[in-house]
Amino acid sequence: MKRLAKWRLISLFAILALVLSGCGKPYLSTLQPAGDVAEMQFGLMKLSTYIMIGVIIVVTVIFLLVLVKFRRKDENMIPKQVEGNHRLEIIWTVIPILLLLILAVPTVATTFNLANVSPMDKKNADGKHNVLVVNVRANLYWWEFEYPDLGIVTSQELVVPTNQKVYFNLKSSDVKHSFWIPAVGGKLDVNPENVNKFWLEFDNKKADEAGNLFYGKCAELCGESHALMDFKVKAIDKDKFQTWVRAMQNVKKPQEATTASAQEGQQIFSKSCIGCHAVTPTNSTPIAARIAPNMTNFGERSRVAGILPHTKESIKNWIKNPEKYKPGNKMAGKYPTMSDAQLNALADYLMSLKVQK
Amino acid sequence: MSTYAKKQGFGATLWDFLTTVDHKKIAILYLIAGGFFFVVGGLEALFIRIQLAVPNNDFVSAGLYNQIMTMHGTTMIFLAAMPLIFAFMNAVMPLQIGARDVAFPFVNALGFWLFFFGGVFLNLSWFLGGAPDAGWTSYASLAVASKGHGVDFYLLGLQISGFGTLIGGINFLVTIINMRAPGMTYMRMPMFTWATFVTSALILFAFPPLTIGLVLMMFDRLFGAKFFEVSMGGNTIIWEHLFWIFGHPEVYILILPAFGIFSETFAIFSRKRLFGYSSMVFALVLIGFLGFMVWAHHMFADGLGPVTNAIFAVATMAIGVPTGIKIFNWLFTMWGGSVKFTTPMLYAVAFIPSFVAGGVTGVMLASAAADYQYHDSYFVVAHFHYVIVGGVVLALLGGTHLYWPKIFGTMLNETLGKITFWLFLIGFHLTFFIQHFLGLWGMPRRVFTYLPGQGFETANMVSSVGAFFMAAGVIVLLINIITTSVKNVRVGNDPWGDGRTLEWALSSPPPFYNYKQLPLVRGLDAYWIEKMEGKKGLTPAEPLGDIHMPNSSFLPFMMSFGLFVAAFGAMYHGEHGTWAFPVLFLGLAITLGSMFLRSVKDDHGFHIHKEDLMDDDEKGVKA
Repeated sequence: MKRLAKWRLISLFAILALVLSGCGKPYLSTLQPAGDVAEMQFGLMKLSTYIMIGVIIVVTVIFLLVLVKFRRKDENMIPKQVEGNHRLEIIWTVIPILLLLILAVPTVATTFNLANVSPMDKKNADGKHNVLVVNVRANLYWWEFEYPDLGIVTSQELVVPTNQKVYFNLKSSDVKHSFWIPAVGGKLDVNPENVNKFWLEFDNKKADEAGNLFYGKCAELCGESHALMDFKVKAIDKDKFQTWVRAMQNVKKPQEATTASAQEGQQIFSKSCIGCHAVTPTNSTPIAARIAPNMTNFGERSRVAGILPHTKESIKNWIKNPEKYKPGNKMAGKYPTMSDAQLNALADYLMSLKVQK
Repeated sequence: MSTYAKKQGFGATLWDFLTTVDHKKIAILYLIAGGFFFVVGGLEALFIRIQLAVPNNDFVSAGLYNQIMTMHGTTMIFLAAMPLIFAFMNAVMPLQIGARDVAFPFVNALGFWLFFFGGVFLNLSWFLGGAPDAGWTSYASLAVASKGHGVDFYLLGLQISGFGTLIGGINFLVTIINMRAPGMTYMRMPMFTWATFVTSALILFAFPPLTIGLVLMMFDRLFGAKFFEVSMGGNTIIWEHLFWIFGHPEVYILILPAFGIFSETFAIFSRKRLFGYSSMVFALVLIGFLGFMVWAHHMFADGLGPVTNAIFAVATMAIGVPTGIKIFNWLFTMWGGSVKFTTPMLYAVAFIPSFVAGGVTGVMLASAAADYQYHDSYFVVAHFHYVIVGGVVLALLGGTHLYWPKIFGTMLNETLGKITFWLFLIGFHLTFFIQHFLGLWGMPRRVFTYLPGQGFETANMVSSVGAFFMAAGVIVLLINIITTSVKNVRVGNDPWGDGRTLEWALSSPPPFYNYKQLPLVRGLDAYWIEKMEGKKGLTPAEPLGDIHMPNSSFLPFMMSFGLFVAAFGAMYHGEHGTWAFPVLFLGLAITLGSMFLRSVKDDHGFHIHKEDLMDDDEKGVKA
């Protein structure tokens, strides 16, 4: 008896855990919307789910009745051969149409609402947008974020202010990708032939609950490391965002390393890495020359290569053998093999790249 | 004893199947080849689930995973589901309309061999440098950039097998239009025949866009064209349109015959005529028609703009209505009936909740603005496996049990059948239900792994465990097939006892000419009508006479083999020395030579004489 009670307790906890985990992680799940767009989409999900549960209940009731009531009991019984029933058939044609109309109206309204990017067309006297615009460029397998009106470029970690609409231009440099921040709203394909536009809004309170760091994903199969083409979104309030922008804008030339090891690392970097990786945030370099992630604020990011823990060890492992961590990436083999001492120096240098000291 | 029934050695049997033009034997060929590819695709599915069972797994590498995932989809759709459906269409449809064969028996054989060689070609990629790795949708930007010959195997293999499917579809259309028995009006056709008819029409209109897309991409990859090369003014979105103008009707090509099989099953095992037959036909045609109006819902996230998305969203929702009509009609076919839970009926009954679950998520996906969240996530993976496994595969498994006696003359074991059913059904829901949530929690599809700490671990493990239940079910089915074939207990005309349509009036398997005398059809469920009037067989519509039959031919095999050879030449030209072009021409010469031979050599077939037919009576063919 005691054992049974224990089992009951365990299963109770199991169910509780299941319910709690049923909504996913606040920084990743579409079921914990953290912005206007995700909120609207979650609303549509709920509406359609309610309607569909209604349908399922009706079908299930008839289904169970049939299974229970009409089992064959008498082998010789020949049931009445019914042709049909016009009234019933009209009912199950008209009611679904009405249900679908209930879903169709908000669907169409929301679809148009989410596609409204008209504020992006307006520019002020300086030729700048009145709204915050981010140009997203997807590459095998990393992301670049350019703020055209602020003149800065960053990579792998999108930084956005909360509680205001952020408008996005999406363009791919190679194959098709798809830009998705599940908790905040999604998603839009990143095509090689055209610029796709949409907007998102990041909720301040929800961002706090999610640790100010949302997970972003590539949602379109783009090659071997499609699964690892993650990015992060640092959603901070407007003041903090302004501070960050000014700090970035202040970096006019590569920051000088301070420790001896980092200085050695900088020398290696200037010889072997700078051909692809920029360490200044300016967007004056042509897009074709930006062939690898910008490293200006690398020391302040939360992941190495978008996926590894942000530690010196990860940097060393990554530079030693990028192919092991992101198969098919474009970095492997583009630079000389490094000794452990060189890797250590490089890691020290990269970790020292911070704009907000 | 009949002059036509002889015991054959293995070599003779093999030659018989290589040259046959008999729809019943071609059905068996489709069943074997489709079944084989189903097992191959199933193994690929198991590898996928093993790889994804735990985070950061290295059971397969990233590149190999993409190949397995691509081949799983391509194999299951083109080389397993389609041929298995064609197997049932071939086996059952001519019998159901009271015909002696399809309209063009030679073309029927050609269709099979084209599919077969296309499928073999595609799968040889595993041994010749790697399989295609751009997904079964093979989106252009990735496919054109894909290294090696994988995608070339996809392009050439699908073109060859696609021709086979297309001519098969045309053949069925002509057969149903022209070869129905006297009295078999359109509105007296069994539901499976209707499904075959509408499906064949869909094939006729859906496959050409795919072929166009494949040809364009083949020129891009093999002959330096730039249709999909953005830097040269090409456009990759065009591929998506071409693919989905084919691809969406394709899913209806798969599901409508499944509806047909279930319609027959419900009526047979409820001992009741199909409820609302006319509205069932209407719904079928409407689904087929609307199926061509909704392709862009696969592209909601493409950035086509709100007008396009809104129109396609509403059109997609509209398909829910005829599908709902069918569900309720099936339920009310059972209502008031005398329902017997045989293995095929278990599949039919389980299909209803499974397919309703897949259908309602389909309506959820139709809501464009919400689809931006579902699109390309595991939610979509869950959805289409619910409709394809919960609809098509359950129908194929149920249909296998239902029609096995009609095709082979012996019954599959019911106990083993039910074990297969429960293992497969439990495994199916275990695997795919949780995937809805994985998608909503933010897991994209087509990922070769996932990092820990995102809350995906438990659900993926559950999903992988489910896959092994399904595999166990299929293994039990294979055991069932082997033991049944070894025992080979012969059964009579109507082994289920409640057959309603013409095929159940024939012996199992039917004689090679099907009907000694073409039957007179006096209403829907013609055989049921005769049975209810106390008759044992069908009412003949003609006096006993000579029957004209087509000769067997090896040419369909040769024509297809030629294209198979030519495909290697096309693929390897410009590398490995100079042998490729001669091989290309050799292959085309084999094909064109066989076609030429077919054209100049008159083949009038042969006649079965009245006297021989009268001797056949002891075989139980009452016509």
